[in-house]
Amino acid sequence: MTTTLPTIAKEAVSIEIGGMAIALRTQNPSFRQMIENRYAGFLGTSTSSNFEFDIDLYEPSESAPANDDLEVKIEEGEWLLQRGDFRARWNPDAGHGQIRQACSPYAIDCVLRIIHSLLLARQGGFLVHAASAIRGGKAFLFAGVSGAGKTTISRLAPPDAKLLTDEISYVRREGNRYLACGTPFAGELARVGENQSAPLSALFLLEKGLQNSIEPVGAAEAVQRLLRNILFFADDPELVELVFQSACEFASLVPIRRLVFVPDQRVWDIIR
Amino acid sequence: MMAEKYIARSSAIAARLLGGEMMVMSTADSTFFTLDEVASAIWQAADGRTPLSEIVAGKICQEFDVDREQAQRDAARFVDELSQQGILLVSDQPLMESSP
Repeated sequence: MTTTLPTIAKEAVSIEIGGMAIALRTQNPSFRQMIENRYAGFLGTSTSSNFEFDIDLYEPSESAPANDDLEVKIEEGEWLLQRGDFRARWNPDAGHGQIRQACSPYAIDCVLRIIHSLLLARQGGFLVHAASAIRGGKAFLFAGVSGAGKTTISRLAPPDAKLLTDEISYVRREGNRYLACGTPFAGELARVGENQSAPLSALFLLEKGLQNSIEPVGAAEAVQRLLRNILFFADDPELVELVFQSACEFASLVPIRRLVFVPDQRVWDIIR
Repeated sequence: MMAEKYIARSSAIAARLLGGEMMVMSTADSTFFTLDEVASAIWQAADGRTPLSEIVAGKICQEFDVDREQAQRDAARFVDELSQQGILLVSDQPLMESSP
C-alpha cells in the first residue's frame, strides 16, 4: 500500500510592473501576505501573468547576508541569479523559474529588479537609478547616484505631480517614444510609487547647486551618465551591447539635461 | 623605416555615432570611450586591410588640416591606447576585422 502525501497548493501572487506581470507562488501564508503588503498597488491576477516563479524559503540557518556578492549568468538558456540570501533559476522561454530565498522582502525585491532589467534590455528599455514623476500628462526622470537628490526632488514635488518612484525608475520603449512607469521599488521615502505611466518628456541629471537652472548636456556625456545609472547585473557581452544601444537610442529621442537645483519647491517651476 | 601597421576594430565592442560624437564601449568590461573627430575617422577606417600610414595620408591629412608627421605620431599614440584596451587590433600583417 502506498501513501500519497497531500499536496499543498502554492497560491500565487501576481505582481505587475510596467505592464509585465510576474506570478510568485509560495506555500508560506505569512510570506505571501508580506508580498501582498509590500507590493500593494502593483498586484495583478495570476491568470494573466507573463512569467511564474515557485518560491521555497530557506531555513534561517541556510542563508548568508544579503550583502554577499551578486552573481547573474546565463547557462544553456537559463538564467542563474545568486546572492547570499537567494538562489534563483529562470528559463524565459519556458516562462517559469524557481527561487530559494530567505524569508525577507529584500531577496524577492532584488530578484524582481534583475528579472525586469533582463526583460527590459531585450525590449530597448531599462531600470535606472532615478526618481520619476508625472505632471500635466508628461513624465520626467531625475537621475543620479546616491546623494544626488532623488529623494529631495521627490519630496519637493507639488501636489499635482504623481510620484512614480523616488529610487528606481522603469523605462519602457514604445515605438519611437519611451514610457516611464511606476514601480514599487522605493528609496529613502519608503513609499511605493503610483502604478501609472506616461510618455517621457525629459531626463534630468541631478546636481545640487546655488540656484535653479537647466543646462544642455553633450551626447557623449548624456549617454555616459545614463549608462552609469542604468541597473545592470549580468556579466554578458550581448546584454552589455543591448544596454549600450538602448542608452544611445534613448539619448537620441529623449532630451537629457542637467538640472542644477536649490532644495526648495521653486525648482519644480522650471520642470516642464 | 618603421614597420607598417594594420588596424581593425575588435568585435568585442559596441559603437555609436550620436550628436557628432563617436562613443565606443567594450562589451567585455563596459569601459566607455568618446572619440574626437580625428580618432573617429581613424576608427571608422580601421578595416584591417588599409595600412595605418595610408589611413593617415589618404584620410586624416585630406579631411583635417594637420601636418602629416604630427598626424602619424598622434595616430600611433591613439592606436596604442585603444589596442591596450582591446578596442583596436593591431598587426604588422593585414588582418580580418572581427576577432574578439
